[in-house]
Amino acid sequence: MNAPLLTLQDVHVRFPIGMDWLGRSTEWVHALNGVDLDILPGETLGVVGESGCGKTTLAQVVIGLVKPTAGALRGRPDSATARMQIVFQDPQSSLDPRLPVWRIISEPLHVERRGKLSRAALRQAAMAVAAQVEIPPDYLDRYPHEFSGGQRQRIAIARALVTEPDLILLDEPTSALDISVQAQILNLLNDLQRRLGLTYLLISHNVAVVRHMSDRVAVMYLGQIVELGRTEEVLRAPLHPYTRLLLESVPRLGEPVDEDALSATTELPGNRRLPGGCFFRDRCPLAQAGCERPQALAGQARLRVRCHVQAQEVPC
Amino acid sequence: MDASILSIDGLSLEFPIYQGAVRALNGVSLRVGPKEMVGVVGESGSGKSVTAMLAMRLLVADSYRVTAGSLTMLGQDILQASERTMLGLRGSQVAMIFQEPMTALNPTRRIGDLMLEVIRLHRHSGRDEARAEALSLLRGMHVADPEHVLRTYPFELSGGMRQRVLLAMAFSCKPRLLIADEPTTALDVTVQRQVLLLMREKARAMNTAVLFITHDMAVVSQFCQRVYVMYAGSVVEDGPTAEVMAAPRHPYTRGLLHALPDRVGSRVPLEAIRGTVPDLTQLPRGCAFAPRCPLAREACRERPPSLPVGHAGWHRAACWAVQEEDGQP
Amino acid sequence: MASALAHSLGFLWYRIRNSPLTLIGLAIMVAVLLVMALAPELAPRDPNLVDLGERLLPPSHAHWFGTDEVGRDLFSRILFGSRQSVAVALFVVPVSGTLGSFTGCLSGAVGGRTDALIMRCTDIVLSVPSLVLTMALAAALGPSLFNAMLAITVVRIPCYMRLARGQALVIREMNYTKAARTFGGSHWHIVRWHVFRNALAPIIVQGTLDVGGTILMAAALGFIGLGAQQPTAEWGAMVATGRNFILDQWWYSAFPGFAILVTATGCNLFGDGLRDVLDPRQKGR
Repeated sequence: MNAPLLTLQDVHVRFPIGMDWLGRSTEWVHALNGVDLDILPGETLGVVGESGCGKTTLAQVVIGLVKPTAGALRGRPDSATARMQIVFQDPQSSLDPRLPVWRIISEPLHVERRGKLSRAALRQAAMAVAAQVEIPPDYLDRYPHEFSGGQRQRIAIARALVTEPDLILLDEPTSALDISVQAQILNLLNDLQRRLGLTYLLISHNVAVVRHMSDRVAVMYLGQIVELGRTEEVLRAPLHPYTRLLLESVPRLGEPVDEDALSATTELPGNRRLPGGCFFRDRCPLAQAGCERPQALAGQARLRVRCHVQAQEVPC
Repeated sequence: MDASILSIDGLSLEFPIYQGAVRALNGVSLRVGPKEMVGVVGESGSGKSVTAMLAMRLLVADSYRVTAGSLTMLGQDILQASERTMLGLRGSQVAMIFQEPMTALNPTRRIGDLMLEVIRLHRHSGRDEARAEALSLLRGMHVADPEHVLRTYPFELSGGMRQRVLLAMAFSCKPRLLIADEPTTALDVTVQRQVLLLMREKARAMNTAVLFITHDMAVVSQFCQRVYVMYAGSVVEDGPTAEVMAAPRHPYTRGLLHALPDRVGSRVPLEAIRGTVPDLTQLPRGCAFAPRCPLAREACRERPPSLPVGHAGWHRAACWAVQEEDGQP
Repeated sequence: MASALAHSLGFLWYRIRNSPLTLIGLAIMVAVLLVMALAPELAPRDPNLVDLGERLLPPSHAHWFGTDEVGRDLFSRILFGSRQSVAVALFVVPVSGTLGSFTGCLSGAVGGRTDALIMRCTDIVLSVPSLVLTMALAAALGPSLFNAMLAITVVRIPCYMRLARGQALVIREMNYTKAARTFGGSHWHIVRWHVFRNALAPIIVQGTLDVGGTILMAAALGFIGLGAQQPTAEWGAMVATGRNFILDQWWYSAFPGFAILVTATGCNLFGDGLRDVLDPRQKGR
């Protein structure tokens, strides 16, 4: 078994909001509430969930923009920390509108080598990765606004590749793109992974994309992982009641909609004051005795569920 | 002869810009009948939002030029109508909801003030009457505590709740037509389902026709009886939703449906439509889709195809290849 | 590169020409610059030529704007006076703009206590009414054109600092800046690569608007005797001297005052128009 590229151990993150007159925080947003995760080399790990589930914060913790309030992040046990890059959701705002594209692509390399690389060397590196994402070399002097959304996302991917990272974080990489463009970008990502042996952490609210791209998937709810396992198992026969709700709500071509959904409570409980016990209790059809205790992620190595009721259903 | 709520015929519109013009609409024809829920599907640059904005005359005057065609709503010629006529139509006869519930509500005023303003403006009712109406509308939207909601500011509500408030405001004057421009794209999938069901329930109850604009084919297939597929400012296919989705005729519609990740197994390369959406300032002479089309032939590069003549209910594609197959003249 | 620049300028012109007020402002600014450059050619007489026989004459064919109390032609003096005003603006705006935006950008990008400290210093300067502070500084430095320019510059710097800092705060939250942080960019790298170039547009607009304000400030200093000294023609000083004669010889204060008005308004109109044109929502094509 390969050693994981990155391990998160019981990571908690909270952000202060609101201050009293002395400058101390009065309220906290509990973005992550105990996340345990291994990212294995060469895989695509999908993280799916709705707004407020903490997946964006998870991305920020992994990439190092945010420090965990509790818990730890460990790299590979043997060598240096895993080299990581990120591709953001919005190709419009993730590229500096006033820099030519070759500078945008080569910026990570420039920073990594502390400005020692010459202009020609940087250009050369930019051209090499641009070729891999099918951006013609003569386009490299143009500015982002001269490109379409799909092309800009390719530029963002090229930028992520230029330092030859081990892990690439894809934060909603196709949510801002049209369907036909999305298909091209997903094909490109899969192709690059095969050719370059990349590992992906794919974060998305789009279940279809996650299903198509990921080997394993983690379903998040209110800062916790509620189900984790191989994609076909989790998304085909979900065990956790939230995963079931999520998958039911995804509109499917040609299938009529369940009218009963109208009166169900769908509001997410706020993450300022966390509910006691199981976070999903208020909306869960299986709520029963035992749910008032905090639930742990239990099960086998291949499939884990955060539900004492459903943990019994995990196949051995 | 024509009881349709909204009727657009051969409409072409462009936005003059520096060194040229953006040809946003190129001969669009569509129709919404009473009590129908009609979907318009397209990607960016297809012109679907422009159509909606034009129908409500919300485009900035003088920023656009209509070069052909007509747009009639509830019997009124919208292109020539005065602003006064439009003021009478907007909000009371025709309502619109947009994609971003975050920015559609004035953040400095409470929900109650916003709702009462709309109700009183169009129904000329007194304060208490309007308040009672607002409460009943919110209850109709399955809001648990409407009194509390009336007292809150928009930023205190979630996206789904805001969209429900906007729907309540849209339906407050029992409009004949509701134009919904990507109303649930910014919402979570569980919330989306609820909001769309609410919209359908209310529309049925009040006999409101709905023009539903989106890029999500699955949603259209679940809620709309008829669908128009738009590409580069024209309608390329239209017909009953079930038929169009099950057996698409236009190569673009086929391409779109085949590009959806749900259709194939994990990691199997998706059938992406090669190429990119055309630059609307430099549309080709013939069919706008020809450069990307697997079926493109000589005729496609010569003249832009049009939908064959026929009434709504037929499944039509604006494509020379398809029409040739059908033996159309 | 050159063609990209030409394209941008062409686009800029396209947007400007659609706004009549901006065009008027631009025309006025160009006219003033021409006057400043060509004053010796345009002026009918030597502005310092004293002719006691021609004292306080009303506007006539010989003296378009009349004469002052020692017989100097006011029209020529006003033409030459433009040099003082424009000189002040050409010094103050670039210098205060550069220094202010530089420190402001750094302050905003770094954040934390450094930022708080710098902002409290600007608060102190901004809390004193700018005219009073400028006058006090100019008086302390001694009456001369250069000292006036220095005083105005120092007092303007905090405005640019605040503006640039505000921009830096916004840019710091943009995804491209966050991306730069993820691959290890230092504060300095981020300011140099991202903050500066994206903060420029509103600073340039502010600068254009400031030209009008600076001219007014210079005139104010001239009015109270700081700034350019006699016999140099300066609009503010002329208005001040004209006060003594205002009841019977209205033209003495009126024409220089009018010159100040037109120039300042022209700059403001252009600056306003430029702000609309550079609105980031209008992405250039």
